[in-house]
Amino acid sequence: MADSRICARDTLAGAVDLYEYQGKELFRRYGIPVSNGMLATSPAEARTAAQELGPPVVVKAQVLTGGRGKAGGIKLADTAVDAEARAKEILGMDIRGHVVSKLWIEKASDIAREYYLSLTFDRSARKPLFMFTTQGGIDIEEVARTSPDALVRLHVDPLAGFQPWHARRLVYDGGVEDPGEQKQIAAIAGKLFEAFVGCEAMLCEINPLIVTPHGEVRALDSKFTVDDNALFRRPELAEMRDLAAADPLEALAREKGVTYVKLDGEVGVLGNGAGLTMSTVDVVTFVGGRPANFCDLGGGGDARGVVDALEVITRDPQVRAIFFNVFGGITRCDEVARGILQAVEQMGIEEPIVVRLDGTNAEEGRRILRDSGIQNLHAEATMLDGARRAVELAAG
Amino acid sequence: MAIVVDTETRLVVQGLTGSEGRFHGLRNRSHGTNVVAGVTPGKGGQDVEGIPVFDTVATAMEETGANASMIFVPAPFATDAMYEAVDAGIRTVVCITEGVPAHEMLRIHAYLRYRDVVLVGPNCPGVLSPGKANVGIIPAEIFREGSVGLVSRSGTLTYQIGHELTQLGLGNSTIVGIGGDPVVGTSFVDVLALFEADPQTEQVVIVGEIGGDEEEKAAAFIEAELSKPVVAYIAGFTAPPGKTMGHAGAIISGSAGTAQGKKEALEAKGIRVGTTPTETAQLVAELARG
Repeated sequence: MADSRICARDTLAGAVDLYEYQGKELFRRYGIPVSNGMLATSPAEARTAAQELGPPVVVKAQVLTGGRGKAGGIKLADTAVDAEARAKEILGMDIRGHVVSKLWIEKASDIAREYYLSLTFDRSARKPLFMFTTQGGIDIEEVARTSPDALVRLHVDPLAGFQPWHARRLVYDGGVEDPGEQKQIAAIAGKLFEAFVGCEAMLCEINPLIVTPHGEVRALDSKFTVDDNALFRRPELAEMRDLAAADPLEALAREKGVTYVKLDGEVGVLGNGAGLTMSTVDVVTFVGGRPANFCDLGGGGDARGVVDALEVITRDPQVRAIFFNVFGGITRCDEVARGILQAVEQMGIEEPIVVRLDGTNAEEGRRILRDSGIQNLHAEATMLDGARRAVELAAG
Repeated sequence: MAIVVDTETRLVVQGLTGSEGRFHGLRNRSHGTNVVAGVTPGKGGQDVEGIPVFDTVATAMEETGANASMIFVPAPFATDAMYEAVDAGIRTVVCITEGVPAHEMLRIHAYLRYRDVVLVGPNCPGVLSPGKANVGIIPAEIFREGSVGLVSRSGTLTYQIGHELTQLGLGNSTIVGIGGDPVVGTSFVDVLALFEADPQTEQVVIVGEIGGDEEEKAAAFIEAELSKPVVAYIAGFTAPPGKTMGHAGAIISGSAGTAQGKKEALEAKGIRVGTTPTETAQLVAELARG
């Protein structure tokens, strides 16, 4: 597409998850109380951090996935030497496919009670949604299922914004009785809303929101997700995105501006447009194959884009065959065909490539492929036939 | 008849002087759309192949009687363009732009709640009423006029299904691409209500995908309100949870928004769901044959 700012994706759409320590930094900026902590990337740094903070400390793996505690990624350390030892254990640990390379060393907190407070982007109601419960520290979906009455849900009108009554509803309906706690939680709710709107978040979650034996309310964890589409005007958030945390192929794709999601199969899938590509992945599965990836050329699909996409797809060693499914609207099939030839010649791709072209300039595109005389190119007339052929070739 | 855009449409293109706005504005005109004006601040007085350009939407309306707008301005300015069109009194706004921040869409959606405005998009291919008007980037050549209403969250998947319908000898009343973002101006339910009221539309195809619960809402609405038969297709059965599949809105969150869940919700209301685009078109053909 000519003007990349309108329809081609210069930013890849989606939500960006932040690490706990980044979320807490944002909480701190918006005035939400958090414990003191420091980032460490080596056992020695963990020891120094523990010394500076003053033990006991908690050594917490920083990974963009849940279930850290159960996986052994969160450990208490009574001394700085202990912190170093715990750090050694946790660094390099694999938690659900995420390798730990960063630790958050935080001053340990005494906990009297654990609550839960969050704001989510409720796309169904098209409003921000507050959720609060005094049954914190556990999976919120579990609370919603087992004791729905204990969970206060409250929408905020996007135009009117946060009002103090929202906070009153949360604490009174949530059954918080202590006036000191009520006041602190109400203040945190208001600040959380400011953070949610100010950072254009899709999710701001504090679980647990703790009450110390002295009655102080603090955020002990953070889950913060921001809108990719808003990063162009939030440079401080854009910088927080950890490109290295993604799957290496997905990181390469992002670098090249290719929309790519790694799956676990043998048939590389390339389509134009998100819906058609998702459908192509489904159809490959439906005819008995296993898709290796989702890769969307986007609205444009010029030769350069095709080469970039094929480079990412063929980097995956599992790929045995590639299925190219293009329905040309704005995308011109002759342009796609030239891109395929260019890629095959440049990169010496040996895997069989099944191509189905339809729509704008499809005849011309098919002719270009046919005349090329390239042995591993296979043209098919329909999406279904193309998928079947690719699956056969991947198996054989 | 047809819905959203037709022969009465007098289109102003916001961003007509940009390369995409120009390309598609002229393309829409060549397909018979009455493109009466363009708007680009600072370029008032110019023209694009005979289409006059104005500085503001309000002036464009006064001078040309424009009654619908198509927005082709970059994402950072797209919300401003939507508000400008609505505040000038335009009642049909189609926003093609991709990448509009989700929080902006929450506010616009709330702003439009009590206004008599149809906002289609953003991040959508637009609206095509074959033989009448084409507003957006849908390739009109592959569709023909007919009685099937088509509404979709996707662009090219819609072309695929439209193409399959054409090959089976079926045509469309209107094709509405509602867009792939988490919050869009017009939902499946809104479009279904318009199709129900449209005499040209005899059957409806809805093309959904993973993420959100608009297909589930559509299922309930179809059971309660629709007299016309509906066939559905859902994309994303093999999508892993937590991954954005191209469209910002196409993401399974936890256990919510799966293709299987949507299929079951639709089937529970007696709506047939095609396994592939081809089968979906065949189901429509069966309905059309009675």
